[in-house]
Amino acid sequence: MDKFDRLTAPACPLPVSNVDTDQLIPARFMKRTRAQGYGEQLLHDLRRDGQGTLRTDLALNDPARAGARILVARRNFGGGSSREAAAYALVDAGFRCVIAPSFGDIFAANAVNNGLVPARIGEAEAEDLLARLAEGPGELTVDLETCTIVAGNRSIPFTIAPTWRTRLLNGWDDIQLTLAHQREIAAFAAARAAAFPWSLPGLPD
Amino acid sequence: MPPDAGPRTLFDKLWDAHRVVAGEDGQDLLWVDRHLVHEGSFHGFDKLRARGAPVARPDLTIAVADHYVPTRGRDRPIADPAIADVVGRLERNAGEHGLRLLGLGDARQGIVHVVGPEQGLTLPGLLVVCGDSHTSTHGALGALAFGIGASEVAHVLMTQTLWQRRSKRMRITVSGALAEGVGAKDLALAIIARIGADGGAGHAVEYAGPAVRALSMEGRLTLCNMAIESGARCGLVAPDAATLAWLRGRPYAPQGAAFDRAAEAWMQLPGDADAEFDRELALDAAEIAPIVTWGVSPEDALPVTASLPDPALAADPARAAQISEALAYMDLRPGQRIADIRVDRVFIGSCTNARIEDLRAAAAVLRGRRAVVPGLISPGSSPVKRQAEQEGLDRVFTAAGLDWVESGCSMCVGMNGDLLRPGERAASTTNRNFKGRQGPGSRTHLMSPAMVAAAAVTGHLTDVRPLLAGRG
Repeated sequence: MDKFDRLTAPACPLPVSNVDTDQLIPARFMKRTRAQGYGEQLLHDLRRDGQGTLRTDLALNDPARAGARILVARRNFGGGSSREAAAYALVDAGFRCVIAPSFGDIFAANAVNNGLVPARIGEAEAEDLLARLAEGPGELTVDLETCTIVAGNRSIPFTIAPTWRTRLLNGWDDIQLTLAHQREIAAFAAARAAAFPWSLPGLPD
Repeated sequence: MPPDAGPRTLFDKLWDAHRVVAGEDGQDLLWVDRHLVHEGSFHGFDKLRARGAPVARPDLTIAVADHYVPTRGRDRPIADPAIADVVGRLERNAGEHGLRLLGLGDARQGIVHVVGPEQGLTLPGLLVVCGDSHTSTHGALGALAFGIGASEVAHVLMTQTLWQRRSKRMRITVSGALAEGVGAKDLALAIIARIGADGGAGHAVEYAGPAVRALSMEGRLTLCNMAIESGARCGLVAPDAATLAWLRGRPYAPQGAAFDRAAEAWMQLPGDADAEFDRELALDAAEIAPIVTWGVSPEDALPVTASLPDPALAADPARAAQISEALAYMDLRPGQRIADIRVDRVFIGSCTNARIEDLRAAAAVLRGRRAVVPGLISPGSSPVKRQAEQEGLDRVFTAAGLDWVESGCSMCVGMNGDLLRPGERAASTTNRNFKGRQGPGSRTHLMSPAMVAAAAVTGHLTDVRPLLAGRG
């Protein structure tokens, strides 16, 4: 996993609430393998009108904003299913950070597991960032060390779980950490099976 | 941080019992008792393969085919090669790693969140995970159960553990009794409308109070299933005598004296009387009417007797934009009466509402009546299908003109090709009315099985209660 400490990059506004995972990556694309990539499918249907033409009223489709690495949205970003492909789609499309007032819990965990920062800010602050970015292409700075977003002369604090921040700053993978605890895991499993035999499935087959 | 000693909630007891390593900042390494996998779990297996690692506990890992399985023509090979490949990948992964497989053609096959409890794979006191957000369903038995992403699936496959940050605890206490014709789905939607689709984020929600106690196990499963639609990764109901009666004799549950010993332990799980919650919410069941969703988030829910909101009257610009976009997508007008919304199709199915009790509730409305729109009924599992057929419910459905098909996720998520056409509007017993959920351009109204049946026979959203009059 790539480390993340500080990023100054073009940001794109998405002034929509409840950008659920079905919108982030529609189910029909989920048969793809990881190697096939998901970037082209990010928000596939939201970005198009009923005839399949790219909408011109969406900043995400604006060629002047191509190369955005930070996305700003309204509340409950990534609510819905556990599909990690929602995070794959954002990462494959070049994003490293999503800023929103709230996130789906499972999406946020998936984001962190893919090096994508879910940065929570207040609703008023989100509206302010959306208004700034609506004026035209612009950059933001996301500083994970200090948990602040810098927009022009304004500095906005964001929140993220401390353990997630540590992992993202170091680019750590959960598995390496867990494997260091193999002895405790084996002892726990043996003790649990002995004390609570009902916790193992019966064997009808 | 709540201590292991002192008064504890059900959630605290479950969490503490599974903590292998106490980490920093409330991030603990938890033991997983059951890992359920499905076709969509292939990413997790691919990650495992990339590391050359084996499945740590094949005996605790159970594969169920549901997301992509066809609901018709099961006697033939799957026609779509891409779908056949995804279903085949599950079978190959299960075979390669020596997992129990409840695959296509198995008499126990069905939707993983119906199958787990039904087979007794899910028990009180267990920690259950699955790469599917509706894993919250299993909490209805008093299990700690939540959905995980593919990286977490890989982690559980490799280690049978998972790092998780301890959730905050919310209790939703429902007093009184639900009225006739009002069920668990209405209660679930009423809660989501109250707290919002992110209202439960960061929390484990325990449902309590007389109206929850009075729910059947099927009703509790529906309620916990929808916990994730309020943003809560897990929902819980404390085990009681109803839980034990429902579980006794299930194939993978302990049998005989072993069941009685387990039941003693399970009855210690309910929270201590003076345990504290981080957040409390109280509702009166008597105030809840049949509820439908009108927009593109489960929080866009109103009593069927109401009219649609007007963005001009919204509290703030973000809310106004949300209402406008939802009305535009759904092709509805501000102020329109909900009971005037016509539907093109109905669907009864999904891990939310396709258990036997749900099918009976739909049949109670459909018996002796004809649907005026086409519709699909997909039972939650193959055993549910057989039971419904023994009870003659299938004949009620087909006599009404609806299609009775095999079990799977089907039109809830459309991965198997059971889809609405662009612009079509459905009354659906499912859990998500997201844009495009039931197919590109599809329009979904969520409601209970009885309410879907009522929409089927009238062709529009309507209060089911008059249709139940005199039907006992």
